[in-house]
Amino acid sequence: MEVAKDPKTRDGRRTSPVVYDRACLEEVCGSCAMRVNGVARMACTALIDSLAQPVKLEPLAKFPVVRDLSVDRSSMFESLKRVKAWVPIDGTYDLGPGPRMAESERAYAYELSKCITCGNCLEVCPQVNDRSSFMGAAPISQVALFNRHPTGRMLAAERLDALMGEGGLDECGNAQNCVRACPKSIPLTTSIAEMFRATTAHGFRKLFGS
Amino acid sequence: MTFEERHFWLRRLHSLSGIVPIGGYLAFHLYENYTATRGGEAYNRMVRNLQETPFAIFLEIGIIIVPLLFHGVYGLFVTGTARPNVTSNRYVRNWMYFLQRATGVILFAFVIFHLWTTRLVNIRDHESVDLFRLMQESLQSRWIYAFYIVGILSATFHLANGIWSFSIVWGLTVGPRAQRRMIWVSAAVFLILSFIGIRSIQAFRA
Repeated sequence: MEVAKDPKTRDGRRTSPVVYDRACLEEVCGSCAMRVNGVARMACTALIDSLAQPVKLEPLAKFPVVRDLSVDRSSMFESLKRVKAWVPIDGTYDLGPGPRMAESERAYAYELSKCITCGNCLEVCPQVNDRSSFMGAAPISQVALFNRHPTGRMLAAERLDALMGEGGLDECGNAQNCVRACPKSIPLTTSIAEMFRATTAHGFRKLFGS
Repeated sequence: MTFEERHFWLRRLHSLSGIVPIGGYLAFHLYENYTATRGGEAYNRMVRNLQETPFAIFLEIGIIIVPLLFHGVYGLFVTGTARPNVTSNRYVRNWMYFLQRATGVILFAFVIFHLWTTRLVNIRDHESVDLFRLMQESLQSRWIYAFYIVGILSATFHLANGIWSFSIVWGLTVGPRAQRRMIWVSAAVFLILSFIGIRSIQAFRA
């Protein structure tokens, strides 16, 4: 940030400051993901004294670059809309309180809810690229979250349908880089495997139940 | 069936066909070929017995050729959507992901070569050919022998690692501990089938 106040080129001339996204500076907003010395991570918790010098900063490669280190992650928002990553409560009258959730379920769901849509899991995934339409781990894990919610579950079948299409769950190649790159330590590969199990059951239900 | 479901079942059929029937056939194929360690006469007798199996040609087409063709062609298509990144993400599972695709491409070439030289080249008089001698002669070449070693190890690895990902894709192993336990199954399949396969191919050179 000190550099940004008085940006200079290598030979000392004044220039425009480097553009990058940031908000919270404590790894909860998800906006400052970039490649720091080749590693996809949140820039705010990449402490300068623990990095090899000179530090090399690059924008995430799996998203269109807006400018410098700022990328457009709206593809992730589109995926969240596609899998209906919300609890349906809109209506014209008060629906009353929802069903209670077991504490163990709540505790696990909380871990999944930590996702900050930073895009690091997509960045390290060999199946997320220009040759495939794979949505990546984050939205799949959100289905695991909302299908676990007692009210969110009402859209469970529609979410599984969305995961079964092209660019969905079955594009996953089980390289499992996502779970290592996640700054919030979300059990992404467990969510993915859980959705594999759910879509298997869902697929057979549709095949033999319709 | 909607477009989404077709895509889903194509992917799942690709996963399933790798284990049943192709994986099962691979295990049986390596097992029967171990007869080569008992000499040419025993080996050719075993081959004759297989040829006399009822509906042999239908079994060959239905259990071997059609699933192999589907698994291989669709597998190449799936591999085409991959951009391996093992240099920047050096994790074991990421290497396995890469090797699964690399061995798949090797196997596509190897299986065509193997089928061509042992089954299709003498399709007219297949019942009377001395397969043991044919293999002995072709394996005299150091290159073909090396290609067979690479082909066998690629096949056993591809199946063993395929069992590991199959069990995730179909929802058998969900948690990380279950997935780690499955590595032992996968490793055992790789070691046992590789041992049988390599010993069999060595027998033709003895």
